[in-house]
Amino acid sequence: MEKKFLILQKNTQDKMREKATTLYIGPQHPGITGNMMVKVQVEGDTIVRARTEVGYLHRAFEKLQERRNWLQSFTLLCRFCVPEPDPVEESYARAVELLEGREVPERAKYIRVLMLELARMGSYMLWYGGQSGSLGLYTIGQWTVGDRNYILDLFEELTGGRVYHMYIWPGGVRRDLPEGFADKVLRTMDYFEKRLKDYDDLMFENTIFQKRTQGVGVIPKEKAVEWGVVGPVLRGCGIKSDIRIDDPYEVYDKLDFIVPTHEGGDIWSRALVRRQEIRQSIRIIRQVIENMPSGEYYNRIPNPFKWTLPKGDAYARTEATRGEVAMYIVSDGSIHPRRTHFRGAAYVHGITLLEKILIGENVADISAIMNSLGVCPPEIER
Amino acid sequence: MSFFDLNGTLKPLTALKQFGKKPHTISYPKESKEAAPRYRGLHFNDLDECIGCGNCSMICQNAAIDMIHIDGIEGKKGDSGLRPRIDNGRCCWCALCVEVCPTGSLSLTKDYLYVSEDPDSFLWTPGKDNPNGKEQISFFSTEETSLNVFNRVPMPELEGKERVKSFAEVVLGYSEAEARAEASRCISCGLCTEVCPEHMHIPEYINAIATGNDADAVRIIYDNNPLPEMCGKVCTRRCEDVCAIASRGEALAIRWLKRYATETAATAEITREIVNPEIREANGKTVGIIGAGPSGLTAAYYLALRGYDVTIYEANAKAGGATMYGIPKYRFPIDSLDKQIDYIKSIGVKILFNTKVGKDISFKEIYDKFDAVFMGVGFPDAWPLGVDGDDAKGSMQAFRFLYMINSGEKVDVGDKVVVVGGGNVAIDAARVSRRLGADVTILYRRRVKDMPADWEEIEGAEDEGVHIVPQGIPIKIHKDEKGHVKAVEYLKAKMVPDERGGRPKPVAIEGSNTVIEATSVMAAIGQMGDYSFLPEEFTDKIKIERGRFVVNEKQQTGDPKVFAGGDAVNRTADAISAIADGFRACKAIDEMLGKK
Repeated sequence: MEKKFLILQKNTQDKMREKATTLYIGPQHPGITGNMMVKVQVEGDTIVRARTEVGYLHRAFEKLQERRNWLQSFTLLCRFCVPEPDPVEESYARAVELLEGREVPERAKYIRVLMLELARMGSYMLWYGGQSGSLGLYTIGQWTVGDRNYILDLFEELTGGRVYHMYIWPGGVRRDLPEGFADKVLRTMDYFEKRLKDYDDLMFENTIFQKRTQGVGVIPKEKAVEWGVVGPVLRGCGIKSDIRIDDPYEVYDKLDFIVPTHEGGDIWSRALVRRQEIRQSIRIIRQVIENMPSGEYYNRIPNPFKWTLPKGDAYARTEATRGEVAMYIVSDGSIHPRRTHFRGAAYVHGITLLEKILIGENVADISAIMNSLGVCPPEIER
Repeated sequence: MSFFDLNGTLKPLTALKQFGKKPHTISYPKESKEAAPRYRGLHFNDLDECIGCGNCSMICQNAAIDMIHIDGIEGKKGDSGLRPRIDNGRCCWCALCVEVCPTGSLSLTKDYLYVSEDPDSFLWTPGKDNPNGKEQISFFSTEETSLNVFNRVPMPELEGKERVKSFAEVVLGYSEAEARAEASRCISCGLCTEVCPEHMHIPEYINAIATGNDADAVRIIYDNNPLPEMCGKVCTRRCEDVCAIASRGEALAIRWLKRYATETAATAEITREIVNPEIREANGKTVGIIGAGPSGLTAAYYLALRGYDVTIYEANAKAGGATMYGIPKYRFPIDSLDKQIDYIKSIGVKILFNTKVGKDISFKEIYDKFDAVFMGVGFPDAWPLGVDGDDAKGSMQAFRFLYMINSGEKVDVGDKVVVVGGGNVAIDAARVSRRLGADVTILYRRRVKDMPADWEEIEGAEDEGVHIVPQGIPIKIHKDEKGHVKAVEYLKAKMVPDERGGRPKPVAIEGSNTVIEATSVMAAIGQMGDYSFLPEEFTDKIKIERGRFVVNEKQQTGDPKVFAGGDAVNRTADAISAIADGFRACKAIDEMLGKK
C-alpha cells in the first residue's frame, strides 16, 4: 500500500509523467476479457496510472426495453452478459413479479435455482480458462471449456438453447424439465466432482500459478466495501457477503450450503473462493434435484400484447459469478417499461476498481487481474 | 514457500495421463451431433395451417419477421394470404413468435446449419424454403404453453327457466372487470376488420377497452357505425368466425365488447357528449331517404355530419326497420334502440314516421324534391310455406308474427307451435312462442349443424325448452272442422352429398310420414321485397333482378341520383351489411353532390 501511495504522489509531479510510457491494452487484445481498453502509463514494468475506456459494445438495451413490451424485453436480457445470462433473466423476472404481485409456483423456484447454479458452474468453467490462460497455462482452459459443454448440453435439453437460454421469465420458467433430465444432471455432477481434482493439479497445485497470483492485485479489506466490491471478489477479501444468504430469493433459504471466504484480497484468494463455490453449487444442485416438488412450472402471464404492470417500481438482485446483478424497473402502468436500469458487478469491478488496483502492479499482470475480477464488458455497457 | 517447490512443479505433469482419452469434440462432418428434442433452430411454418395473422411479426423484438405474399397462397376469409419471412441475420431464436402463434403453425426445428455466400438468401420463408422441416420440428407451442388466452370470459345470462317468463333481455352484459379481461385477450391481428362488411376498427376499440379507455372505444366505434349498440347485441358477427384466437380456442367476444363500450354511454345525451362529432356547416344540399332501417339511418347520420339536410320517410311508427320489428325484445330492447335513434336525431336527421312511400307520398315527389335519394326499403314480406293446407287459420309467417308481437299486438298461438325453418327468424319466432307459453317445435330440412342461425341462438332456444326436429320436410298442414291448424305432417329426410360440391341436400324418404300436433304453424323460410312504390317510369333505369335492386360498387342504381342498400340489395341480409351499404352510399352521395 505504501508503495502505491508513494507512486500516486509521484504521479502528480509533471516531470515523472514525462518519463512514463503510455500503453493501450485492448480493445483487441487476447488478455482483455472483452471489448474494452485499459490505457496504462508504465515506468519500466510498473503501472503508474490506469484509465479504462469503454464504448465499443454499447447496445442501449435499457433504452430499447422502453420500446419493447414487458415480455419482449425479456429476450434482450441474455445479451447483457453472454457467459452467464441467467442471473439477469432472474433479476428481471423477479422484479416484474414483485411489481405485479405475481406468484411463482414452487417447482418453478426450484428449477430456477437449478438453472442459476448450473449457470454459475458454466461461468466458472470459462473463468478457469481465462484465469489460467492469462498466466500462460493453456491446458486447463482446454479442459474446462470442453467440460462446460456438458453443462451446455443440459441447457440445450432443458431450454432449447446452449448459450442464450431465455428460460427464466416472469411467472416461472418456460418449459418443464424433460423426462430423465434430473438423472442427467446428477451424472454430470458426478463427473465434475471427479474432474475438479484434475483442474487442481494443474492450477492450484502449480507453482507458477501460486507465484503469479499470491499478493498480486490486492484489494485492501478495509476499502473493499467502500469501493463497492461485491461477490467472489469481496469474499476473497475475507468478507462474507452473498445475496443468496443475505437476501435469500427463490428457495435458497431452504438449501444447505456455505459461503466460502478467504483472507488476502489477491488473485489467489479470489480463485480459491471460486473453486470452493463450484463444490457448493454441486451440493445445491443435488439438493434441488432431491427436493424438487411436482406441480406447475409456470403461472401464466396474460396476453403479452396487452400485458400491463401497475404503476410503480421494483428492484430485485441476484448473486451471479461476477457478484450482485440487479434489475430496477419502473412502470407507468403501460405495456412498456418506463425505465429499466441494470446494476452489474462488472461496472464497479471493471472500471473504478480496476483503475485503482492496477497501480503499482506489473504490466504483465493486467490480464490476470482483470480475469480475477470477473469483468464482463458487455455487462458494463449493455 | 521455498524457491523451488517440487510438488508444485511435478503436479502439472499429471496432465500427461489424459493422453489417449476420448476427446470432447467430434470430427465434423464425419460425425455430427443431434440437437436436443427441444432445440431452438431454424423456423418451420405449416403454410396450410398459418392464417397470416402477423402475430409473430408483432412480437419479434428484433424486427426479423415480415409478412409477405407468396405464390399459390391467396387471401381468403380469416386468412390474410400473407406468410412470415424470417431474416436469419436478425433472428435471435428466442421463439416468442412460436409462443404467440395462435394456430401453432410456426415452430422451430433441429436444423441449425445454413451456409450461403449470398447474404440475401438469409431472408427465407419457413415452410416454403424448407418444405421438409416438419420432420425436424423441435420447439413448438401447445395449448398449454401458448401465450394466447384461449378461454372466453363467460357472458352472464338469465337462466333458461327465468327467460321464458318474460321478454326481459337474456344477455346481461359484461361488468367492467369482465370486459377488460375479455378485451385483453385480443392480439390485434385485424383479420376481423378485413371480414367485417363495415370494416369497423375492431382491434383499436378492443385495445381502448383493454386499457380502460371506454370513451375512446365509443368514439372509435362511432367513426363508421352509428348503430353500434344494436350491433353489440344482434350482429351476425362474422368477425368472430375468423378470430385468430379461435383457431385453437374461443373467439374474442367482439360483439359483447362493443355492447359493453356503447352501454357505458347510458343515454343519447351522454353519447353525444362522448362522441362529440364534428358537424359541418349546412351545405344547402338535400337527401331523401326511404326507410329508417340500419342502412337508411347510417346514410342519414353520416350525411347529416357532412352538412346535408336529410329527411327519412318511414312507413312504420318507429325507426329501426327489421331490427325494430323483426328482432324480439329479449335480444334487443326498445330502450336501447330508442337511445340510438335519439342520438341520430340529435345530429339533425329528420324522420317522418307513418309515411309510406307510394301511399302517403309518391316516389316521384321525393325524387323531384331532393338532390339525391337513398332507398333502404328492406324485405317487408315473407315467403309462405306453400304446402297443402297453408291457408288454414293459425298458419302464418314467422316474420309477420314477430312484427305483430313487436308492435305490441296480441297473437293467440295456442299451446303447440311448429316453426318451419332454421334461420335466426325461425329461432326468434320459436323463442317468442315459448314466452307466450306454448310448446315449440322447430322443423328444419337439414341437420342442426347446417342451420344458418347463430349457434348461440340455437343453444339459447334449446335451453329454453324448444324442441328441434332436424331433417324434416313439411308436406301438409292438417285442418280441423273449423279450418284451424290441427297438425303438421312431414317426411323425414336423408342427406345426400351435392355432386357440384355444395352443401349436402336433404332428400325426403318416401313413406316416412310423421305427424305432429299443432295449434299454429309458422313459416320462416325467407323474406322478400315489396317494390310496388316504384312507378313504372323509373323501372327502366332502376333495375330489379332476383328480387333485389341492382347497384354498382357505390350503391348507385341505374339512375345516378338514386342509391339503394340493405336487405333489398345485398344477399347477406344482415344489419352490419346494411350499415356498410349506408356508409358507402353516404360517401358516394357526398362525392357526387360535393362536386356540384
